[in-house]
Amino acid sequence: CLVGSLNCLDWSLLTPATKEMLALAEKVTGRFQGDPSFEYSLSEINAEAAARLVESGKEPVMKEEARLIATIEQIDREVGIIPRGAFVKTPLGSVHENRHFEGLSLREAKKLSSYFHFTEPVNLKNKTLLEKADLDPSTDFLDSLEHDIPRGSWSIQLEKGGTVVVLRSLLWLGLTFYHVPTTKQFGYVYFGTGEKNLDLPFML
Amino acid sequence: ERGHGPYQPHEPGYGLDQPGYSPYEDEIPDPQTRMLAIKNAKAYLLKTSTKSGMNLYDHFANMLTKILDEQPTNTVDIIENISKDVKWAQFRKKMDTLRDEYLISPTFEAAEKCKALFVKEDGEEEQEELDEEMGEPPLPNVMETAFYFEQAGVGLNKDESYYIFLALKNLINIQPIQTCRFWGKILGLEMNYIIAEVQLREGEEEEEAGEEGEETVVEGEKEMGEAEEEDEQKEKAPEPPKSTYKPPPEIPKEANGTGTNKYVYFVCNEPGKPWVKLPPVTPAQIVCARKIKKFFTGRLDAPVVSFPPFPGNEANYLRAQIARISAGTQVSPTGFYQFANEDEEEEEADTYEENPEFEPPPVAEMVESLGSWAHHVKGILKQGRCVWVNPSQKSEENEEEEEEEEEEEEENQEERGPPLLTLISEDEGMKNIPAWTAQASTDLIPEYSVAILQSNRWPGAYAFASGRKFENIYFGWGHKYSPESHTPALPPPAQAEYPSGREITETVDPTVEEEMAFKAAQEEALAEAEEGEDDEGEDD
Repeated sequence: CLVGSLNCLDWSLLTPATKEMLALAEKVTGRFQGDPSFEYSLSEINAEAAARLVESGKEPVMKEEARLIATIEQIDREVGIIPRGAFVKTPLGSVHENRHFEGLSLREAKKLSSYFHFTEPVNLKNKTLLEKADLDPSTDFLDSLEHDIPRGSWSIQLEKGGTVVVLRSLLWLGLTFYHVPTTKQFGYVYFGTGEKNLDLPFML
Repeated sequence: ERGHGPYQPHEPGYGLDQPGYSPYEDEIPDPQTRMLAIKNAKAYLLKTSTKSGMNLYDHFANMLTKILDEQPTNTVDIIENISKDVKWAQFRKKMDTLRDEYLISPTFEAAEKCKALFVKEDGEEEQEELDEEMGEPPLPNVMETAFYFEQAGVGLNKDESYYIFLALKNLINIQPIQTCRFWGKILGLEMNYIIAEVQLREGEEEEEAGEEGEETVVEGEKEMGEAEEEDEQKEKAPEPPKSTYKPPPEIPKEANGTGTNKYVYFVCNEPGKPWVKLPPVTPAQIVCARKIKKFFTGRLDAPVVSFPPFPGNEANYLRAQIARISAGTQVSPTGFYQFANEDEEEEEADTYEENPEFEPPPVAEMVESLGSWAHHVKGILKQGRCVWVNPSQKSEENEEEEEEEEEEEEENQEERGPPLLTLISEDEGMKNIPAWTAQASTDLIPEYSVAILQSNRWPGAYAFASGRKFENIYFGWGHKYSPESHTPALPPPAQAEYPSGREITETVDPTVEEEMAFKAAQEEALAEAEEGEDDEGEDD
């Protein structure tokens, strides 16, 4: 569950996003205002959605809070990543963290295929049987970053003399993932304007 | 006496009842003789052979070690071979000719490079004396700037800031630099860029101008050669029609030290790597950079594949973006700088100097009103330069061409941009997003808070002001913010091959009736003319 705050002192629980919120949030463009109760008027953006909302008795607006939650969920889903082996899947199907994860080796850490999206896999079923034979079902149950479209939408760099590997997403500018090879430390953080970089194919 | 050995029969009881051979007789008193006997035996075994330099004791020790290590089957049958092998082993070198390479971990290599930054050069004493004569030290206090920006939540970690500090010190020692500033960091796909904005000491830049002049001279000679060849060809055979396409005249770049080329920029990928000087920027590059949006890879020689085709490689694209960012986001508190010469028109003034009577406004005011900040870098016109130049004045070739061009060029209006020290409150926003966002670093301790300015047009550009201190910096990917998606330029329309005029446009063919009517009219006219002549003839 997510908690948000404006001043790092008062935190409030953010309700999970509904599908409508997600769909609407994709249409809203432009910077966030900074005021959670700011309302985006949907009639300019998407007349159909506005009409639907009016019919169901609500106003054709989208609150910034809802947009924020939906954006967070989108970011997590699209570019939230973990190193290979950090989480394992039991034969019963549940996923939990791997206590014995010792980090990636330096060689593995430089390859995009050692990192997975931390959401429901989409491409896994499309793999050929030959590729699936090499996979280990306990650790390779997620989509790897290699097959992200467009290719090259991740920038992978070694910092501090090779002791830290940093991946930066180019689709959501501001998402940074770090991992210290051969240790258990990894994580990702987002500092940015909350806008998807739709110009990515032109920029590569 | 009976001896003992494999071929001697044993007595019942193995003769152990004979005096001297019973196992209990080891404990005969007088151990000293026994010890002496042992010592003698050992000394005998340790006697070094005159032929081979080995001794039996060592040989036995080696053999037993080998046997116990390897534990072969039926050792007693192959004992002589084992002995021979051990002797052979004496002559083999202990080391294998193949040695494991000592792998240097990349961390070690990186550390070595950083170590080079920390080495103090010997020539520094002389330079310190020089610096005292110069006046202000050119080295910027990067750590102080980093401290202020840290209050805003912007910046690099302390280690990296310190490395950059040392790398700038190296740069100053190597290049003849008058002023230097840490401009910022631009992220790239494979590597990042650390950028230093520098003003070289006067007289140091003329070498480049000489080189460029030589290059253009060489090109001019080549063109002459080609023109001569063309003339010869003309005499030989009729040529296909020449294209009437004249590329628009090239707008000359600004001289070093003025306008967009006021500062020289040095970049490196990481502190510790050598600094590379970026070439001066041309207006064509700026105009093209405005139309494209590409990520930087981190390699200066990488090509920039785009439409419209960018005239240059990544080093030029980087330089163009730096120029645009500087022109758009370098600000200072209003009044800090003033025009050097008050009589000059504001629009033409290119130089400014510090205002000695500047009174820094309080932080609250800096945050509240955007009018307390002003640009101190001239904005770039649409032409790609800071100072407008009329391109038709530059062509000195054909006079005929000039006449034709003048008619077209009258349409080029002189472009005027905002004068040098404009307040940022006059910057346009995009849609409903203001161009700048101002904040104080903290509300809790207002007496030590710092005014922070964030640019919304160039995300990643920050400025801070605290009393008399202020600084600008950029950390980002190097692209402008646009609320709409980037639309690439469309290719220009296909050029008309021929001018359309009355002679070659198709018209509808005349119908049969029209033709008959025309023919009839013509015959009538002829008949009338004949009658007229006949009449005239009759009069005579």
